[in-house]
Amino acid sequence: MSIIQIIISAIYLVGMIGFISVFALVAIWLERKVSAHVQDRLGPMETGGWHGWSQTIADMLKLLLKEDVVPDAADKPLFKLAPYIAFTGSLAAFAVLPMSANLIGTDLNIGIYYLIAVSSLVTISIIMAGWASNNKWSLFGAMRAASQMLNYEIPVALSLLVPILIVGSLSMQELVGAQAGGFWNWTIFGAHLGGGSFLLLPFTILAFVIYFWSSLAEVNRTPFDLPEGESEIIGFQVEYSAMRFAMFYLTEFANMFLVSGVAVALFLGGWHAPLPFLEISPETSILFHNLIGLGWFVLKAMILVVIQMWLRWTLPRLRVDQLMHICWKVFIPFSLANVLVVSLLAVLQS
Amino acid sequence: MQLLSELIFWCFVVLTVGSAIVVVFHSRVIYSVFALLFTLFGVAALYVYLAADFLAASQLLIYVGGILTLIIFGVFLTSKVMSLNIAEQSHQRWLAVIPIVLVGAGLLMLILTTPWEIKISAVRPTTQELGQLLLTDYLVSFEAASILLLSALIGAMRLARFFRTED
Repeated sequence: MSIIQIIISAIYLVGMIGFISVFALVAIWLERKVSAHVQDRLGPMETGGWHGWSQTIADMLKLLLKEDVVPDAADKPLFKLAPYIAFTGSLAAFAVLPMSANLIGTDLNIGIYYLIAVSSLVTISIIMAGWASNNKWSLFGAMRAASQMLNYEIPVALSLLVPILIVGSLSMQELVGAQAGGFWNWTIFGAHLGGGSFLLLPFTILAFVIYFWSSLAEVNRTPFDLPEGESEIIGFQVEYSAMRFAMFYLTEFANMFLVSGVAVALFLGGWHAPLPFLEISPETSILFHNLIGLGWFVLKAMILVVIQMWLRWTLPRLRVDQLMHICWKVFIPFSLANVLVVSLLAVLQS
Repeated sequence: MQLLSELIFWCFVVLTVGSAIVVVFHSRVIYSVFALLFTLFGVAALYVYLAADFLAASQLLIYVGGILTLIIFGVFLTSKVMSLNIAEQSHQRWLAVIPIVLVGAGLLMLILTTPWEIKISAVRPTTQELGQLLLTDYLVSFEAASILLLSALIGAMRLARFFRTED
């Protein structure tokens, strides 16, 4: 560790916070527009200029300037601490997200394992927030959130095991690197194992589908948004206002990008272009190699984010028993069998 | 840079020990539980300093993500959830001195008699070796732990379904 490395890491950290903030601004606007299109409404059109582009900037300023209310009966230290822990857990996971060939906080040897581990901090912070608010609804929301996130951690981890088994590494860059050279090499098409025979295709697609749906539950998006169901309990953040509420909101959007980014990195080729000639090789220009890579990564992740929004405004909310049914009786058995088959094929291959 | 690394190390030591003291001495259970979050996190950081990367991530995943959440559930569901003062008091303080002295003396003896070999070697990934060892040399204990967990799972299900009538 030299002093230069520390400075670079600090710049990267600040850059990531900036990226998350800008992403949240864009995503909140996008959420409004997508919801309006899905439900045949206009969305923000009158205020905020062309298609309401500056509406979220005004929202952000409002949240920054608003009074920070801490309820009198709340448990003040825990109430104040919770949003920071939530954002820390989410931000720490961004350290191993491979945005492009060189744009990654640190390419840990156990990257994806670290990511799953550190994102569990969000669960604790939600329970902390729900309990410290001293409000029945926020506590119900927190309990729902905790049980849901604990349950769905299992299918998420099991379905992520499939690309890990195929590539044989836990490092994010190695997982991405194995998918270079065109979309037919992406893990979702399962071409590495079985000598390009697409033998694994059904299993990798199943793993991707299970991961995508379980990750929706992990980030509390509809149809799994029981922890904050607006029409019934409002949720764990009901007592929060101003900046502390904004922190939770930011965490939610950061997590949306994070789970989409993981899906892109592990299943959809990461920062590699779908066709090889759309990339610039690092020999030509290392800068443009990274910039184009970043572009592809963000584009793919944004497509998944838009799909998340599309689902949110299309599907109704599940009941708690349906949620548990899907997790324990559908996702977990299928992903377990999936892992078994893929590991059997991997053993036969080697 | 050695200095900075050491400074961060001591920060983690203070975090770990300080929050552990809160866990033990705070009269409100919920504060103890949330202080445990920082203790477990600090221990994970100490694992990183020992170049045990896989163990550190496992510590976070299993203890912070799993066990701590379950402890919080336990605290919520066994007391009056809505009261902010889930407090407890200690009983039989004098009787507790005996195990404290015994365990303390044992730990101290172990620390003083162990030949601490300080060897600074390059940090290298441990995951692959751990996996190899678990599936070769320690396969029996690995499988035994799996069977234990499976039987615990089945037992918990049986207990949970025991009082329920067929629906």
